[in-house]
Amino acid sequence: MTTTNMTNPPEGRIRRFWRQNGAGYLFVAPSLFFFGVFIFFPLAWSFLLSFQDFGFRGSEWIGLDNYISVLANPIFHQSVFNTVIYSVFTVGVWVLVAMVLATLIHPLPGRVRTFFRAAYYLPAVTSAVFIALVWKWMLNANPWGVFNYLLSLVGVESLGWVSDPSPFLGSSVALWSVILSSVLTIPAVGVVLYSAALANIPRELYEAAESEGAGAWQKFRFITVPLLKPVTLYVAIIYTIAAFEVFERVYVMTGGGPGYATHTIVYLIWRTAFRFTDYGAASAQAFLLFIVIATISVIQFRALRGEVEY
Amino acid sequence: MAGSADRPLDQVVKGAVAPAVDGPRGGGWRRRRYDLRALIVLIPVAIIALFPLYWMITTALTPSEAAIQVPPTLIPNEPTLDNFVRLFEQAPVVLWAMNSLIIAVAIMIGHVIFDSMAGYAFAKKRFRGKNLLFVLIVGSLMIPVHVTLVPRFILVSEIGLVNNPLGVILPSIADVFGIFLMRQFISSLPSELEDAARVDGASEWQVFWRIVMPLSRPAVATVAIFSFVGAWNAFLWPLIVLSRRELLTLPVGVATLQQEFTQNIGMVMAGAAVGAIPMIILFLLFQRYFLEGVRVGGIKG
Repeated sequence: MTTTNMTNPPEGRIRRFWRQNGAGYLFVAPSLFFFGVFIFFPLAWSFLLSFQDFGFRGSEWIGLDNYISVLANPIFHQSVFNTVIYSVFTVGVWVLVAMVLATLIHPLPGRVRTFFRAAYYLPAVTSAVFIALVWKWMLNANPWGVFNYLLSLVGVESLGWVSDPSPFLGSSVALWSVILSSVLTIPAVGVVLYSAALANIPRELYEAAESEGAGAWQKFRFITVPLLKPVTLYVAIIYTIAAFEVFERVYVMTGGGPGYATHTIVYLIWRTAFRFTDYGAASAQAFLLFIVIATISVIQFRALRGEVEY
Repeated sequence: MAGSADRPLDQVVKGAVAPAVDGPRGGGWRRRRYDLRALIVLIPVAIIALFPLYWMITTALTPSEAAIQVPPTLIPNEPTLDNFVRLFEQAPVVLWAMNSLIIAVAIMIGHVIFDSMAGYAFAKKRFRGKNLLFVLIVGSLMIPVHVTLVPRFILVSEIGLVNNPLGVILPSIADVFGIFLMRQFISSLPSELEDAARVDGASEWQVFWRIVMPLSRPAVATVAIFSFVGAWNAFLWPLIVLSRRELLTLPVGVATLQQEFTQNIGMVMAGAAVGAIPMIILFLLFQRYFLEGVRVGGIKG
């Protein structure tokens, strides 16, 4: 505070502060209101709820009981296990497919490039619900299901797909069927992001490599992949978050079943909260998942960061 | 992504017709010879990508008895709109479409106005705590949706907005993507016009509404399209807030069809097509804005 300020009456100072800052505050006010009321306030409340036994007559503080019972619950274990399997496979394939497709599209003529990018992006503009409904229909257990028909062409008997809980590769046929449907959904956002990044790699790098006799694979391995690392980090994180939050696909294709074979964490949270009205337990599950996602993001960040210079 | 965020919007400003994401410069059709071997992979992948949409529409156009034949018919012999007719008779699909439209338009308007205002303030205004607020807003991306679901639902039911479109609309107004995109865009606008308007006696609101908004049209269009499509496609939150049948949105309503019409997959696919086709048309019309939006914001889908 300077001496001139001190001679001013307090209203003057407030007025001056308002004259300098007021417009800015007024312009952000509506957004701040919505963020505050519908994101930050619920976040804090959710944290408190996770230590409460919520009842409509009032809530009771029960310490860590929600966390203890959630962590002891075999359905929670199964949901975490399913979510991890689902995420590891889908994210791995999505990142790889996005990078390879973008690299293959990149050198093509402009119109062809636009065509493929649009073709891959098109399904992503429709609701996940509609896509999941078609997948459920294609993975129908009857012989007229598209996938069973394809199997019959190579002489394999019909499968139950999403309705088959029998064990398969450490999990169940049902879960692997859901994973298959996700993996075969092209990672459109990743393709667009990788394409944008590829446009920024100077051609001279490739020309220099070519002049020293590098082949397509070597250029991909030693120029493209390392230079795309920041995008890979970004794509891996957004897809990891998306995979950990998978909901529509499970809701539509399996309803979490058969049994608990395809329960994922968000599906479990939704059921706990909005089918069994156990808000405390649902909040505890949500926070546990929050911690898992945050940890994985940090690990990915550590593993993939690094300076990239062009 | 902040590093690469400036250029694409530039291109939008210039109204470049060229594809949003540009490849190696120079060298047209004639000068360069293209290696087309990549098509061996790209074409089958495109077929895999588009097949579900094709199958949705094909099944919707096939009579239900024909849909359960072996082998499945890849191209409908006698395409018919029967499934659509029966669907519109037996389910309130028109109401669902109206609900989806109202909710999506309301959210879109909210995003366009409030995101532009906040983006403008973050780009051009000086006020104490600005950076902190911006970090807070962008940082909220790290909060997974499901963590806030329960308290948000309690809140919405306390204000009596369960089974009310406003219960879907209001919580969806908070939007990081739009604020980020508008800030990026408005930062790139020169301040001279704004200053000139102020000298001429324009109020802060007039500067924003008459000068900044018209100049930001390409970014506003991107925000509008993404908001509309996102709201139209949203599922989890409408599923939680809406339960009365005539109030549902298309995704929630169509998802209930599969329990109702277990014997008639054609009607379910017709419902899915009713929800999907408007977005496909929007995409085909405004492709450029979609790909720009992904590139700049990179957070949808």
